[in-house]
Amino acid sequence: MRQIHDIHGGIHPPERKALSRPGELEPAPLPPVLVLPLRQHLGVPALPIVNVGDRVLGGQTIAEAQGVMSVPVHAPTSGTVTAIEARSIAHASGLQDQCIVIETDGQHEWLSFTGITEWRALDAAALVEHVRAAGVAGMGGAGFPTAVKLNPGPTRPIETLLVNGTECEPYITADDTLMQCQADELIEGAQILAHIVSAESILIGIEDNKPDAIASVEAAIARSGAEIELATFPTKYPSGGEKQIIEILTGHQVPSGGIPADIGLVCVNPGTAVAAKRAIIDGVPLTHRIVTLTGEALASPQNVTACLGTPITALLTHAGLNAAPQQRIIHGGPMMGFAVSDLNAPITKITNCLLAPTPTELPLPEPAKPCIRCGHCAEACPASLLPQQLYWYARAKDQEQLAEHRLFDCIECGACAYVCPSQIPLVQYYRAAKGQIRDSEQEKRRSDNSRERFEARQVRLETEAAEREAKRAARKAAAQSKAAEDGADPIQAAIERAKARKAEQASEPEQTP
Amino acid sequence: MLALLSDQPLLAALSALLGLGAIFGALLGFAAIRFRVEGNPISDQINAILPQTQCGQCGYPGCRPYSEAIADGDAINKCPPGGEETIQALADLLDVEPQPLDAEHGIEKEPVVAWIREDECIGCTKCIQACPVDAILGAAKVMHTVIADECTGCDLCIEPCPVDCIDLIPRKEGIGFWHWPLPEDRAPRFDIIATDTLARDAA
Repeated sequence: MRQIHDIHGGIHPPERKALSRPGELEPAPLPPVLVLPLRQHLGVPALPIVNVGDRVLGGQTIAEAQGVMSVPVHAPTSGTVTAIEARSIAHASGLQDQCIVIETDGQHEWLSFTGITEWRALDAAALVEHVRAAGVAGMGGAGFPTAVKLNPGPTRPIETLLVNGTECEPYITADDTLMQCQADELIEGAQILAHIVSAESILIGIEDNKPDAIASVEAAIARSGAEIELATFPTKYPSGGEKQIIEILTGHQVPSGGIPADIGLVCVNPGTAVAAKRAIIDGVPLTHRIVTLTGEALASPQNVTACLGTPITALLTHAGLNAAPQQRIIHGGPMMGFAVSDLNAPITKITNCLLAPTPTELPLPEPAKPCIRCGHCAEACPASLLPQQLYWYARAKDQEQLAEHRLFDCIECGACAYVCPSQIPLVQYYRAAKGQIRDSEQEKRRSDNSRERFEARQVRLETEAAEREAKRAARKAAAQSKAAEDGADPIQAAIERAKARKAEQASEPEQTP
Repeated sequence: MLALLSDQPLLAALSALLGLGAIFGALLGFAAIRFRVEGNPISDQINAILPQTQCGQCGYPGCRPYSEAIADGDAINKCPPGGEETIQALADLLDVEPQPLDAEHGIEKEPVVAWIREDECIGCTKCIQACPVDAILGAAKVMHTVIADECTGCDLCIEPCPVDCIDLIPRKEGIGFWHWPLPEDRAPRFDIIATDTLARDAA
């Protein structure tokens, strides 16, 4: 039995998970139009390789990865590309981004795929290439390109592959449902990923508020006969944070600014493991995902398998949205999600939950009151930071002190804001401060670059001027030496020429105009 | 000699002080030559803070001349591209009071890059000669283009262009540049303290 460690802080908000009936999974209806953003992941957007008017088949690559930190996009069904343009996407900014729009034809015509059953015979690089080509990005919420995660480099040997089935955020049951309905695929996927990173052991961690998922994964492990450890631990928010679950299960902390691979772990979401299994064994790219549709404003909260690119409004209508005036729709969970400004925005690889709360269920935050220095936030912080200090420094834009107080260790879980009696939107301050710091670092790099270029140009101009000067001096010296050879003084000769001209002019009669 | 000094304490003290002065003077003089610092370290530090647009809006031909002028005592609020942030950083470095940006030299704007409308470019190379960071590519009678990543948005290429085919477009547009704003920047906050009579009287 594995020893379970505790993390600092944490909170116990109402879970509200039963609302969406975890364990039941239905396909969502196919919408007439799919909108596929080119940036559904963290990193560089994909590059479209189809044209407007092209007919595409299900599973066809419609945009390819640009560089390492990028992920391709595939068509989730057959249809026609009707536009490649900026559309509303589900993003906190409410800005638009480039999307490929496909009008679906309902034929469900797919490319034929060949999977790899003998994946154990292949080396890691070939398998990673398949994962990359299948467009797999972390499905827990951040969308980190999985192929990059599977390549920690030779300096970081991996001991354990950790499947993070915590899903600690209230309301969300997408991973719970996946572990109940697709447990066999999850186990296979975990084995493939462990093979790729040459991990010696596989560990699956699930919070103890999901007994059905635990039973189902346990049964799947027994069926597979593989040596996989299943660990359960007490429910607490935010145990599902990558650094938090690692500390809970191993007792080791990921170093500040480091990644789990630094201490020999690779941590993946169950959805990512299933996507990797489908990419390798079935050869199928990532085109669908499980989304939790929940909240009391929905007549039938549920989990659905939806095509990536399905408009949010189509899914909410399917779940029977009874919209109140100024209905808020939250993308993600109530702790870390954000309100969507345009419901025509599509779901992406990172959409695990759409939450439609009634105004009484999740009331709008009251105006923030002044900080009273109660220190509750510091007690709740799972990263052992000092949120109230970070708050003051963020307001003062004191970047030095923010770095000193380890702002970048903040996982933006929202536990501090949840316990704050003054209702200060603390996490927003940290997000803003992080953005400002990243901005000024980028500006600094730019200005250093400009200085170098400016100075290089000055040097070049100076050398060019010096060269010209040297050439002029050389010409002058050559002329002088030539004159010396001829034996006549050129200056004397010029003076004499001028004198002769003058004398000529004087002898001529002056003309009056 | 010694006898004379011991008889005349005033003379002894004077000569001892003169001697010490000569020795330390020689030492300092030697150190000033031996450990001489090349360049002006304070102007280097100032130059590192300036935004390096090389635009000349401060009245000096580039960021380094302005940094040298600041080191010699010029005002720190003449740099519009750097804006408030640069003034604050300079005030911290030089331990002086930050001042508001001097509007005579321009106002703080969103960062921009130059963009050549390539169809209209006649290939005169005038902008290439004007660019302080060599960010324009091209040759005589062929189209020119701006290397957007290297352009500082200084607008020095606008004036020389004979056909006005250069635009300045915002550099930070799109979702990749967005970050969360501070909550107080989104909704106005009123933090007037009731006991602050000065603020109340002023209002």
